[in-house]
Amino acid sequence: MIFRRVTNWPSVYWRTPFGEIERLKRQMNLLSEGIFGGALTGPSAGVFPLMNVTEDKDSYYVRAELPGIKSEELDISVTGDTLSIAGERKIPEEKGEVKYHRREREAGKFSRIVNLPTQIDTGKVDAKCVDGLLSVVMPKAEVAKLKQIVVKSA
Amino acid sequence: MTESENKALQSKEKVQLSTAAEQTQPGIVFTPAVDIFETEKALTLLADMPGVKSEKLSIAINKNVLTMSGEVDAPEGENETDVIREYETGKYFREFTLSNEIDQTRIDAMLKDGVLRLTLPKVEAVTPRKIAVKTA
Repeated sequence: MIFRRVTNWPSVYWRTPFGEIERLKRQMNLLSEGIFGGALTGPSAGVFPLMNVTEDKDSYYVRAELPGIKSEELDISVTGDTLSIAGERKIPEEKGEVKYHRREREAGKFSRIVNLPTQIDTGKVDAKCVDGLLSVVMPKAEVAKLKQIVVKSA
Repeated sequence: MTESENKALQSKEKVQLSTAAEQTQPGIVFTPAVDIFETEKALTLLADMPGVKSEKLSIAINKNVLTMSGEVDAPEGENETDVIREYETGKYFREFTLSNEIDQTRIDAMLKDGVLRLTLPKVEAVTPRKIAVKTA
């Protein structure tokens, strides 16, 4: 269980030797949830909103599911290598006399900060929120980009 | 100020559909969180389905069973690799049995910012009437 403590949020670095193990474990959990009914949970910071971070050679992509939140209600800021997202999910009161049968959706405030593995180009960050899905594209800073080195033949 | 305005949102894992055996297609299926409330005139259902586009959402009624299903295309691009993954994307599916008092011809559905709002009007006959009690 020690490695979970190490790789769990909020850790400083994501790229641990256990990253792939965590991923495998998560997928095993998803499988076992179907069988055992979801007693096990995957690695997560336990902070709303849950995020997926991906990268390609030029950028980082952060995605989060924020249903019912308009883009203007989100407060997103970036510094050298951190992204912070804050906001409030409001569920408007229904007018008139209503009787609830079910209330599973929740409202409340949230804020979360993620540390990125490298510096990003803060001037070119682009965020959009479509269909309740927030996606933030953060180009990597020039210094952090992978440089392809051409080997010259004599 | 209501209680919810001060509360901090807790993260929740998406709930997976427990009867996975019913699926005919591969992929993960989640049950969306819903609110259902009733007024004198209608029943309203709100469901959180982030990432579902209106053309990928289907709502069907068959013998009083309301079925909602929405598909989410993986938002990741081809060359992207995971750095950290805290949630999965997949389909949303949920079914409800409606009572006979719903006027199935006037159902209205709206999808906005990943939240589905279904308005199910009641049949005129069942909207309650005030009954005046006369004194003798």
